[in-house]
Amino acid sequence: MSSNLDQLYRRVIMDHYKNPRNKGSIEDGALTIDMNNPTCGDRIHLTLQVEDGKIQNAKFDGEGCSISMASASMMTQAVKGKTVEEALQLSSTFSEMMLGKDYDDSIELEDIESLSGVSQFPARIKCATLAWKAMEKGVSLDKD
Amino acid sequence: MLNTKEIRSYFPILDQEINGHPLVYLDNGATSQKPRQVIEAIKKYYEFENSNVHRGVHTLGNRATDSYEGAREKVRKFMNAKSTKEVIFTRGTTTAINMVAQSYGLANLKEGDEIVITHMEHHSNIIPWQQLAKRTGAVLKYIDLEADGTLSLEKVRETITNQTKIVSIVYVSNVLGTMNPIKEITQIAHEHGAVMVVDGAQAAPHLKLDVQALDCDFLAFSGHKMCGPTGIGVLYGKEALLEKMEPIEFGGEMIDFVGLYDSTWKELPWKFEGGTPIIAGAIGLGAAIDFLEEIGLDEIEQHEHELAAYAMQKMSAIDGLTIYGPTDPAKRAGIVTFNLDDVHPHDVATVLDMSGIAVRAGHHCAQPLMKWLQCVATARASFYIYNSEEDIDSLVTGLVSAKEYFNDVF
Ligand SMILES: Cc1ncc(COP(=O)(O)O)c(C=O)c1O
Repeated sequence: MSSNLDQLYRRVIMDHYKNPRNKGSIEDGALTIDMNNPTCGDRIHLTLQVEDGKIQNAKFDGEGCSISMASASMMTQAVKGKTVEEALQLSSTFSEMMLGKDYDDSIELEDIESLSGVSQFPARIKCATLAWKAMEKGVSLDKD
Repeated sequence: MLNTKEIRSYFPILDQEINGHPLVYLDNGATSQKPRQVIEAIKKYYEFENSNVHRGVHTLGNRATDSYEGAREKVRKFMNAKSTKEVIFTRGTTTAINMVAQSYGLANLKEGDEIVITHMEHHSNIIPWQQLAKRTGAVLKYIDLEADGTLSLEKVRETITNQTKIVSIVYVSNVLGTMNPIKEITQIAHEHGAVMVVDGAQAAPHLKLDVQALDCDFLAFSGHKMCGPTGIGVLYGKEALLEKMEPIEFGGEMIDFVGLYDSTWKELPWKFEGGTPIIAGAIGLGAAIDFLEEIGLDEIEQHEHELAAYAMQKMSAIDGLTIYGPTDPAKRAGIVTFNLDDVHPHDVATVLDMSGIAVRAGHHCAQPLMKWLQCVATARASFYIYNSEEDIDSLVTGLVSAKEYFNDVF
């Protein structure tokens, strides 16, 4: 059993789950996105501070399983300091990874790479993509 | 205990491995598996009888009509209704409750009237009433639950008033497993002139229904949770009420005479079955009823109490495991909803799935109840006739290893 599970629950994931990065909420002037996964109750509250097309800061709050919360932690870590364009590119690379497709490995994925095993667990893909969908929605608000 | 070994042998799907382990199916609250008897009945219909009902003069048409109406009689007997006029085939519980809200509700409710439900309802027994309240200006009221997830008749009495027109309550909770005192609540509803609607989705599979003894006005259930196929369910209604109600779907099959500008309806129950009915589904449900009655509904209820008691005893021995709902197994059906400290229910379900054990994780279509329980999600094991104590032992072993996996490895 454990060997299969270890593909899903990598040590890096559990580290992000137990010690989430960027937990909390940016108070002033931030873009705010609330999203949930209606089939299971996972919930994310994401705040993004975008200036001059660059994500200066990102924080999240929420409730959910290890995969959804670890993914949120990794996402905020990854997009901080990136331009909106770079963040969206990373997001589409992540989607391809979740679908089990060959993805662009020229992009530095770091911790995010540890979530690749999720593609083997179809029921859990939505958990991993929730935070990324919230980020995509957030930066689209900035354009309006 | 039922002879689960023999019963299992009728269910082809159970004879397989999932992720390298024999399947232990504990998600019966969501849907039950189907025995060969039901699959065969549907196959036989399609291979020898398939035809539209109530139409053809030809022989096949008669065969199909006889089988379809034969299924209605089986359902009548199954829930002890007075007449087949009171048995309406629907797509399931959800459709049946919506029919009551849209037909009876819209015609009989006005501003200031009350609809009473509880905090333990499934979404399908909440949203139709929210919508009805919005459209009519009626007020939706909730009966509060006791700390152990049961209903007290005192609170029922406090909530139902002379303004109450509809009371709609789940017979067996799909999350807490609570079996509610429907007969007593019906009496209170009637004292105030309200009609009583019963969500029987989790009751029909597990205990002997008797709509006359309950004296409820409407009762809804689904075929797929009681060994029948998906896409078929039942609305029971008292004849006198149904007689006065208008159909909500208009078209073929449900009409008596059609003029250019007006039409008249067929008699009960057909006026509520517009369009070609769910023929194969009804026949499959009839076969499921035969199958369950052969085992015996009282025996099934007993089997589930015993499994619930065994599961609660074994599971509560796991450190950090919380079980929701009544602590007295005699007050609950074979449904055990729980959480494991520090392990999210999704993660619990994935770990169990790797051992071939299927449980549900999430909000179980009962978000208001989750709020009441103060958790975002829970895991649920729900038992049926083919489950045994060994299945529960596998569950317990799986839970212990889930706990170890999450607490020790990381
Ligand atoms: C208590 C309860 N009510 C209603 C329903 C809805 O049944 P269906 O989805 O078959 O319409 C369910 C099934 O999930 C249930 O458990």
